[in-house]
Amino acid sequence: MTQAFRIENVGLINRDKKLSFKFNGKTYFGYEGDTLASALLANGVHLVGRSFKYHRPRGFFGAGVDEPYAVVQLYRNGETEPNIKATEQELFDGLEAKSVNCWPSVNFDIGAINNFLKIFLPAGFYYKTFMWPKSFWYRIYEPFIRKAAGLGVASTKHDKERYEHKYEYCDLLIAGSGPSGLASAFAAAKNGAKVILAEDKPRFGGSLLTSDVNIGNQSGKDWAEGIIAELKTMPNVVVKNRSQIFGYYDHNMLVMSEKVSDHLPSTKKYHPNKRLWYIRAKEVLISSGSIERPIVFGNNDTPGVMLSSAAKEYLKVYGVLVGRKPLVFTNNDSGYETAIEFKKHGVDPIVLDSRKNPESEIIDEAKNLGINIKNSYVVVAAQGYKKVKSADIASISEDKKQLGEIENLQCDCICVSGFWTPTIHLASQSGNKTKFKEEIDAFVPGQSKQNEITLGAANGVFSLDETLKTSFRAGSELSKKITEKDNEIAIPNVVEKKSSQHDKFWCVPLPKGKNYKRFLDFQNDVAVSDVEIALREGYRSIEHVKRYTTLGMATDQGKTSNLNGLQLVSEIENKVVPAVGHTTFRPPYTPVSIGAIVGREVGKHSKPTRKSPMHSWHEKNNAVFVDAGVWLRPRYYKRGNENLFEASKREAKNVRANVGVCDVTTLGKIDVKGPDAAELLNRVYTNAWLKLPVGKARYGVMLREDGIVMDDGTTTRISENHYHMTTTTAQAANVLSHLEYYLQLVWPELNVNVVSTTEQWAGAAIAGPKSRDLLKKLFPNSDVSNEGLPFMGYMEGDLFGVKARIFRISFSGELAYEVNVESDYGNFMWEKIIKVGEEFNIQPYGTEALSTLRIEMGHVAGSELDGRTIPFDNALEGLVSKKKDFIGKRSLQRTAFTAEDRQRIVGVVPLDKQTSIPEGSHLVKDDKAPLPNPKLGHISASCWSVEYDNPFSLAILKDGKNMIGQKLFAMSPLKNKVIPVEIVSSHYVDPKGERVRS
Amino acid sequence: MLYINCPHCGMRSQNEFSYGGDASVKRPELNKEVSDQEWDNFVYNRKSLRGKHLELWQHISGCRQWIKVERDTATHEIFRTFKADEEVA
Repeated sequence: MTQAFRIENVGLINRDKKLSFKFNGKTYFGYEGDTLASALLANGVHLVGRSFKYHRPRGFFGAGVDEPYAVVQLYRNGETEPNIKATEQELFDGLEAKSVNCWPSVNFDIGAINNFLKIFLPAGFYYKTFMWPKSFWYRIYEPFIRKAAGLGVASTKHDKERYEHKYEYCDLLIAGSGPSGLASAFAAAKNGAKVILAEDKPRFGGSLLTSDVNIGNQSGKDWAEGIIAELKTMPNVVVKNRSQIFGYYDHNMLVMSEKVSDHLPSTKKYHPNKRLWYIRAKEVLISSGSIERPIVFGNNDTPGVMLSSAAKEYLKVYGVLVGRKPLVFTNNDSGYETAIEFKKHGVDPIVLDSRKNPESEIIDEAKNLGINIKNSYVVVAAQGYKKVKSADIASISEDKKQLGEIENLQCDCICVSGFWTPTIHLASQSGNKTKFKEEIDAFVPGQSKQNEITLGAANGVFSLDETLKTSFRAGSELSKKITEKDNEIAIPNVVEKKSSQHDKFWCVPLPKGKNYKRFLDFQNDVAVSDVEIALREGYRSIEHVKRYTTLGMATDQGKTSNLNGLQLVSEIENKVVPAVGHTTFRPPYTPVSIGAIVGREVGKHSKPTRKSPMHSWHEKNNAVFVDAGVWLRPRYYKRGNENLFEASKREAKNVRANVGVCDVTTLGKIDVKGPDAAELLNRVYTNAWLKLPVGKARYGVMLREDGIVMDDGTTTRISENHYHMTTTTAQAANVLSHLEYYLQLVWPELNVNVVSTTEQWAGAAIAGPKSRDLLKKLFPNSDVSNEGLPFMGYMEGDLFGVKARIFRISFSGELAYEVNVESDYGNFMWEKIIKVGEEFNIQPYGTEALSTLRIEMGHVAGSELDGRTIPFDNALEGLVSKKKDFIGKRSLQRTAFTAEDRQRIVGVVPLDKQTSIPEGSHLVKDDKAPLPNPKLGHISASCWSVEYDNPFSLAILKDGKNMIGQKLFAMSPLKNKVIPVEIVSSHYVDPKGERVRS
Repeated sequence: MLYINCPHCGMRSQNEFSYGGDASVKRPELNKEVSDQEWDNFVYNRKSLRGKHLELWQHISGCRQWIKVERDTATHEIFRTFKADEEVA
């Protein structure tokens, strides 16, 4: 294919590097430096998609972030990304893209039948039509709407690309590298300030790349290049292209998405695809420029109708003609600039100006070049279906209400300019209350809210001379405040042509008898008539009009349509535009890849992984791991073809018969030290702590102030003023914060320090009737007899030369000990226990066996201490002191907490002694009762009792105390099970607790 | 993201802190008779202020100190920060 619309020796592209790419399966060529849009236009391709609702043909409307039409599905290096704007996507060799929202093809799209049914698809169509019958929604309406109305398709594959997050701090953050951004960055950098200058496009310079101006005796473009080159040499300056600042958040935090690799065929090794910058700036200078807005006329969505500034950019930056017979339709001088560029490159444009007698230097230049100009003329409608073929034009009366006779003019593109809309999104996001500026018919930032200032076109200033002066000054003054340096900078002379006042005219009236669609929002197919319907139906707030009509929604967020929408509402409502107000600008300014937002926190990096020092031993011995918070714990150790059930049963049985060892390193451990340590424990736990002797452990329960159990665990008095507290694995961090809260804020007079020691100690629980025999061999020099180390006793021991802490505590209900050594010796300890334990038939056991053992003993854990239960519910009221006060005690007097039929823990056995009861099942009296069947309680934990060889569960049951012996039903609608059960004591095994004391 | 001046560490981003609620709440003294209403107010009842609010934050990924922050709940402006034991005038 030839690039028939490329002109020689114009533009900033690299003609030495030819690139091949595919669009909708067809191969084309472009150059390095092209966007997908400019390369397609160079090849004369104007049809790129179909519109959202009516599936009308779509071409290119803009040349950048404002593009409403040219949204494509991109394929790159085996990956696909939806909803990419062809006007932003840089061309690389081998790029592939496809049109979206059309089927079977962009040239023949079945959905275009909507275009002829459009009378049935007015504003609010979805809300009105798909209401009835209700059952049709999920099966028929929704799938249909999704298929017909979707844009691109997200990949369902794992994204191989890598995304990074970066935190940065700077003195001045400057958004946009047009004249105001460059001038302010330069001045601030000269004063030594730390500056970040961000440009969303690949090239720096903004409007200077396309405007015909001189700064300091060189062209605007050359001046911009010089400034950028110098900024890049300065160590205090970071200059970033392809970087969009898309959000302005609290306390001058801005977020920027840097496209590191999107312009390359594939991402370089060790490079991210995108990098998300969180930037905290002392001062923010918003120099985001302005976006041209269209004038509304009939069929103004036809491919070939585009913004005049876009046509100019395609010509000057990419050397591409968007047409050979251009028609420029303008209400201001910007259209003339585009016409002049066409003329200079050998193409004869016709200018239609809605103004009667405009006069300015630019218009004079156009006249001198012999350009055909028609004043008081407008485009009534574009003609052509997949491409503009001609335009219906007419003269217009001064009051803009009457059209003259309609003439047809041959043309192949219509470049439209309805003046400029400042890009105020970032200022508005910062909290700045915007104000309406009459002379430009647009909103500009008002009073600064955070440390932000808006400069140049973004502030509604379109004179280059004024922009440069204010921007140099702003950069200099803001940096001076921070660095206290003040380097004089000579402000260069500017040569620019003066413009005349634009025409406050934005919409061409319909000619008599014609019913052209006049589109306001091009991405969502919102026409003038849709807004009229919304207002007729009573929608008044602009936010409601937006949602009802979808005006200003979707990927372009109405960058070219919002103001015209406001103009229309203001006209119909007979209000001024500022009284209508604009919709809220929310981040992001432009779509941001989900990958960039997520960053590196994917897959195994989505959360940290904590492993015990014995982890590698577990791995080597076929442990199957389970997530316990961020910890990995062995769930069971697989032997042969065992499944979870078989393995955990074997492990639990061995604990009851011989001895087992379990890694309990993950338990939270907190050192509590100081003369008032006992007093703190006494206030934190429900039971008494003042008389615990050194060398003894005690089980404690702590409450929240609302009386709910927060956590449980044993605490051991290591020495006079030193206690070792253990918490559950899950609550370790919360308990530490809880203690710190009371020590720092409520009882600062207590002389106590707390610190987490969870990671300092490796722990092994040794449980089973043979555990003492094993302990004797592990600690031959210590007296671990029942007298020497009684139940809830503590001593230090020597484990083959390693100092160990030995606690005689039990979660399994068996005779049991916990041995702690410093973490680095964890594996040493573990291997010794396994080796020495061989003669006692020791087996390691995982969390599943641990659960089985504690459940059949009726010991509570997280599934009972679930943030909804008080001590009584867990049969722990014996631990609640009546004498002393403690955290949460007063709440236990609440009526509900003292009710006669208060819920309480019970045991549950299926009548058939065979069927396991799913956890979460509800207990009901009558399984046939009509729904909603009154719930008496729920199953909190289930196991297969190894003691009795039948299923056993724990439940929290209303009036549980008086329910022992009752027959109920356990119902699990999720598992579709109804199981007749009997309520028994929660202490199913060894109810007197003799084993732990044996 | 808020930028909070920890009185111990200096300016730090919000993601180093965890929120701790109304700082003006005073826990009733231990072993003191407390009416249902008083206890209810302490445990449950909070004002949802629009405007200046004194609140607790813990510098959980920093010095682990609980601090008091005077913040506008509508604008997020932070006026002053205090150490746990500092009286707020």
